[in-house]
Amino acid sequence: MKLELAINTDLARTILTGFIRSEVRRVGFERVVIGLSGGIDSALVCVLAAEALGADNVFALRLPYQSSSPDSLEHAQLIIDQFKVRSETLDITPMVDPYFAHEGGISRERKGNIMARARMIVLYDYSYAHKSLVIGTSNKTEILLGYTTLWGDMASAINPIGDLYKTQVFQLSRALNIPELIINKPPSADLWIGQTDEGELGFTYSEVDKLLLLLVDGRYRPEECVTAGFDEKFVQTVVTRIRRNQFKRMMPLIAKLSNRTVGYDFLYLRDWGT
Amino acid sequence: MELKLALAQTASHLGDVQANLEKHLEFIKQARSQKADLILFPELSLTGYVLQDLVPTVARRVDENDPVFKPLFKASQDLDIVVGFVDEDARHRFYIASVYLSGGKALHIHHKVYLPTYGLFDEGRFFAPGDAVRAFDTRFGRAGILICEDFWHASPPYLLWLDGADLLYLCSASPGRGLNDKEKLESARWVERVTKAYASMFTSFVAHSNRVGYEDGLNFWGGAVVYDPNGELMQQGPYFQEALTVVPLDLNQLHRTRTRLPLLRDERAGLVQTELARILQNKGSRA
Repeated sequence: MKLELAINTDLARTILTGFIRSEVRRVGFERVVIGLSGGIDSALVCVLAAEALGADNVFALRLPYQSSSPDSLEHAQLIIDQFKVRSETLDITPMVDPYFAHEGGISRERKGNIMARARMIVLYDYSYAHKSLVIGTSNKTEILLGYTTLWGDMASAINPIGDLYKTQVFQLSRALNIPELIINKPPSADLWIGQTDEGELGFTYSEVDKLLLLLVDGRYRPEECVTAGFDEKFVQTVVTRIRRNQFKRMMPLIAKLSNRTVGYDFLYLRDWGT
Repeated sequence: MELKLALAQTASHLGDVQANLEKHLEFIKQARSQKADLILFPELSLTGYVLQDLVPTVARRVDENDPVFKPLFKASQDLDIVVGFVDEDARHRFYIASVYLSGGKALHIHHKVYLPTYGLFDEGRFFAPGDAVRAFDTRFGRAGILICEDFWHASPPYLLWLDGADLLYLCSASPGRGLNDKEKLESARWVERVTKAYASMFTSFVAHSNRVGYEDGLNFWGGAVVYDPNGELMQQGPYFQEALTVVPLDLNQLHRTRTRLPLLRDERAGLVQTELARILQNKGSRA
């Protein structure tokens, strides 16, 4: 069987909007809140949520830092205008700058993590204040590669796109009429000026998604991926990244002492009783 | 003779048996108003699917005085009902089960024989496997019930066929998976392919009832189907939505199809037995 990244977008749309409706409403919520960055992942989730729950039930928060690209704000606004979701803008600079100043000489990676977590704080506060669930925007590629900030952009109540590779996010976004401007720009976390995902990762999404599809979905051994035409060093880099970032995909480890321990043998879905 | 079959594709509340019972009674009422003779509910329709540690709390015995089964027994006076539940035996083993209720009696209980414990499945951890595949007599002819993974294996439908079942009732809670560029999920395509094959090879009616809704991130795809003894699709319910699909079955089609295509007459069960005995005895066997 030949493995392909192409998906049936109608089917994906049906399943994902149904997922959002079911998993938001069954726990007594009607609304969601989303950090709308101006990038493609949050744009896609925002549009799916608007379709699932009605645009009025989607709060898009633009959370820029002073160095954020003005394009990011504008692109987020394009989605807000086109899909008529509710929105607010809150500059996180006054939240994080005092801490940066206090620490002094802080690296851009640390700053990036702090900004991601500051945004999480705002989203979760908004969630409580406005009785709306935080909806996540991490895609399968970045979850597998660990290209995320733990308890930052990874934090959410439900994530409709966590099983879509970035390549599939592009495909579904086109089908949902997300502006080409957003689809075609180089993906970036926009945590510092000039940052791009592919520059930082050292490979393209198009390359790595094809490899991940073999490794994860196709259950190919790493050496079979090399035989299939992937560079050995690239395969090794990706395999190592997946393994080393397993911690980001899990709840904290609990040391087992009793006969029944949360996480090991206290087993219930989150939808328990609903 | 006609059997008006109602296929219920329902979404369950996970672990809330009372809420699920109420939904069953609503669907039964709907089926009755459409003059259905039999309503087929999906696997674990009274409990939900990924039960894990909820298994012992939702488990029941089929008993006319049980508060959950009582209204179902009553409803089965004029309409046969197949419902999915967790059966707890006298020695406290738990089974994924479906019961056939008719005329206020339980005619048959099937315990799921194959418990998948691979991929996203973990049934073998929580349930005991059934140890029987038996056909049983109903007012519409001899029938058999199988639950999901049971019919991913070829032998249970084959055994039911040899045991006299002309009506195969298949119940699933099939999680949707395998999204690619095709119009349907891989799991849906697989199930539709094999159910159609059973109807064709066993020249029997095959009905499949599959649940809908979500449990955490899992979706269930519905799409209930009935195939006639020629292996032709008679009707299909929608994907991903609750629905009641009512299909009249002309049971005389069995006579016509089997006259044209006497696969049952020509089946050599004795040969199967001989060869199977040899295969199982053979030390080098891979069976």
